[in-house]
Amino acid sequence: MTTHKERQSQDKRYQITKGALDEVDERFSSSKWLVSALDKIFPDHWSFMVGEIAMDSLIILIVTGIYLALYYVPSSTEVVYAPTSGVVYHPLVGHSMSEAYQSVINLSFNVRFGLIMRQAHHWAALIFLAAVFFHMARIFFTGAFRKPREINWIIGLLLWQIVALEGFTGYSLPDDLLSGDGLRVIYSIIQTIPFIGTWLSYALWGGRFPGTDLVPRLFVVHEFLFPLVIVGLLTAHLMILWHQKHTDFPGPGKTETNIRGSRVWPQYAMKAGGLMMLVASVTFFMAGFIQINPVWLYGPFNTYNVSAGTQPDWYLGWQDGALRLWPHWEFRSFGHEIPNQFFPGLILPGILLTLMFAWPAIDRIIYKDHDRHNLLDRPRDKPFRTGVGAAAVVFFIDLTMACGTDLLANNLHIAFERLIEILQWGAFVGPIVAFFLAYRTCLALQRTGTHPIQRPIGGIIYRTAEGGYHTVGDVHAAHGDHAGDNGHAGVAHAGIDKASAAEHAPDPVAGD
Amino acid sequence: MTTTDDASRTGHDGHDDHVEERIPFGRNPRHFGIDPGDPWPDDVPMDQDDSRWRYQDNPRGAKWAERRVAACWTVTALASIAVCVVYQTGANNQLAGLCWGLAFGGLGVGMILWARDLLPGHDVIASRGNHAISHEGDRIAVAESFGRGTDAMARRPFLVTMLGGIGGILGLGALYGPISSLGPRPHTDLYHTKWGPGVRAVTEQGDPIKPTDIPVDGIMTVFPEGNIDDALSPTLLINVGTSDFDVQPQRVGWNLPTPGGNVVAFSKICTHAGCPASLYNVEKKQLICPCHQSTFDVLLDCKPVFGPAPRSLAQLALAVDQDGYIVSQSDYTREGGGPVGPGFWNRG
Repeated sequence: MTTHKERQSQDKRYQITKGALDEVDERFSSSKWLVSALDKIFPDHWSFMVGEIAMDSLIILIVTGIYLALYYVPSSTEVVYAPTSGVVYHPLVGHSMSEAYQSVINLSFNVRFGLIMRQAHHWAALIFLAAVFFHMARIFFTGAFRKPREINWIIGLLLWQIVALEGFTGYSLPDDLLSGDGLRVIYSIIQTIPFIGTWLSYALWGGRFPGTDLVPRLFVVHEFLFPLVIVGLLTAHLMILWHQKHTDFPGPGKTETNIRGSRVWPQYAMKAGGLMMLVASVTFFMAGFIQINPVWLYGPFNTYNVSAGTQPDWYLGWQDGALRLWPHWEFRSFGHEIPNQFFPGLILPGILLTLMFAWPAIDRIIYKDHDRHNLLDRPRDKPFRTGVGAAAVVFFIDLTMACGTDLLANNLHIAFERLIEILQWGAFVGPIVAFFLAYRTCLALQRTGTHPIQRPIGGIIYRTAEGGYHTVGDVHAAHGDHAGDNGHAGVAHAGIDKASAAEHAPDPVAGD
Repeated sequence: MTTTDDASRTGHDGHDDHVEERIPFGRNPRHFGIDPGDPWPDDVPMDQDDSRWRYQDNPRGAKWAERRVAACWTVTALASIAVCVVYQTGANNQLAGLCWGLAFGGLGVGMILWARDLLPGHDVIASRGNHAISHEGDRIAVAESFGRGTDAMARRPFLVTMLGGIGGILGLGALYGPISSLGPRPHTDLYHTKWGPGVRAVTEQGDPIKPTDIPVDGIMTVFPEGNIDDALSPTLLINVGTSDFDVQPQRVGWNLPTPGGNVVAFSKICTHAGCPASLYNVEKKQLICPCHQSTFDVLLDCKPVFGPAPRSLAQLALAVDQDGYIVSQSDYTREGGGPVGPGFWNRG
């Protein structure tokens, strides 16, 4: 259907492109790599976009963060808020505060679009961490961390940790009352480390809390050190992903040695660019309409005030919740002490992180599986792993709820003491119940072959005019058919194949 | 860009009107991750035509698809102009968010619709390639290359051992000074606050206080004069009225009697994580720390009765100076439950 004229312009464009790429190739001998890059296939499944959302948020964070850094003053020097021009925030006039806090107030009120950039930066950070958590859960439940991808699982966990710390340091930079109390808690946790605790806290803070050294140090860490590490680790994460190629769910026509999805050029590049724009869109809608971290309401930091409703950003809530739920134990002997906050503050996350870092090895032992995998497990295929994951999610939710006990107690009209006791029990009982529920659900799903949120199977049987019968499930048996599938149809689960074929068979599908 | 086999390109100068017959995309193994010359894998269908796109056979649909994309991008264009107007007219935060959200959103939706409806490259099956595991020959070659170096080094075992030790010592030498400079040694700093014999208690504004300034059931945060910023010193003065306050034998004479009741002083710094225990439940005479809900019973010498705090808040011995203002008898002491604040390793 291509006309003669179109052909001519195609040819012309081809000559220009070819000429340019030749110039590149004569310098980098890049053609072999470029053809594999442009023709690379990325599988299509909605859950694979979440990692992209994390990366898109990072880009928004870098851009907005650079802008904020142009206005932020990393200084603890005490000043009295008494602006002589521009918008004045009257409740703070005459109050003494750090230059850092004042610069954030000025950025919020006196720099046009300063507030929306600040709020976009904060929302993007919260979205970033949400995407990281979801991405991590997806990798875990589908067994994507298995050989050969264990290293990327470990890099991913490191990224999560550094990103959370980056979030915390950013949250602390405004030097407001809320974040100052967060720093006080962290200081008290560092103090508890055996042998080096007090020394380390004095080294980091330049002396006794709060001191005047911390704000400029936090600035360097937040603006330079952690971003450098994050970008470095992310580069490694993506290069490994690129080299090893993406995992995919089992399905019609999919094997361990092939890959099915969209070409990078132009299909995937355009879609991924579109997704990045959508992430920016949501972030800026939120930045415009939903207030976040109104530091002018919290007031400048001092060492003697704190208000009720003191919560960290959501992704550190589980840590704060652990501090609230841990009983009042501490140990003293031989002139030394292992203080209370050492256990929930360092030991608990230490154990959990060790388990997570070691999980690929543990998983290998449990399932005696040393093979390389490109096709994912469906969560039901590995009931024990799915149960462990469900238990971890419930534990995480329980602790996160615990960090809001004061707010929850207020809104639910329960005494906070009772709520804490409930959540203390919940931290033990919840994961056990979740494990068995998930385990049994997996087994039941294995038996029925039904996807939990999709219609139950029932193959469609066609009667032909001649009186013969056939099922559409047969379509997939034919090699080379690649009608759209729902991504859940396992080769080993013929029932599903038929269901998905029944769903899609009537549509004319591109690529057929 | 559509493509042809390499062979058909040879000798094609592109300046004539000759329109070549382009070979269907699916014939070039390279585009499917297969090295030319390798056999075609069983699991990569040969009959794929990935130059197709959704509305290829539906010109009307394609036209509407194009219009949809253009409409989305028109939103982007209008919103981008609007956001400049918003900036010039007061920079309303909500309007800015609306415009930027629409601008990015329109572009994003348009891009995705373009890809979905009008661009090829959906649902292609290709080979993952065989580079995932190298040939045994290559693996042996690597091991040999590496071995050449390690064998040569292993001939000097002393140097190998020493290199490890030197690494550690160099690390110490390089880091000890710079890290030590980051902050002072704590020594006994955490055992001390700025209270001491005869140090006046002052308010946030720096005013001294008389015992009668605190009404019954009143609570006041005070500081050692001149040290309002010290994180361990903030102290709560509480008038417990005529309640049955438990006075420990070694703390006799630490409280100030007033006509309405006793004024007692406790450290405001929570013994759990160091937040100021700021909330006072007058009915129960309990202090509650807003950070982690540790609860202290004031009448029982601020013993923790709920929550994670492991120790009582430390008590400060009070006195009155010759002008009638409240002063401390000393710094926080062991008898008073000091040192104040959260536990630390060498607290003991």
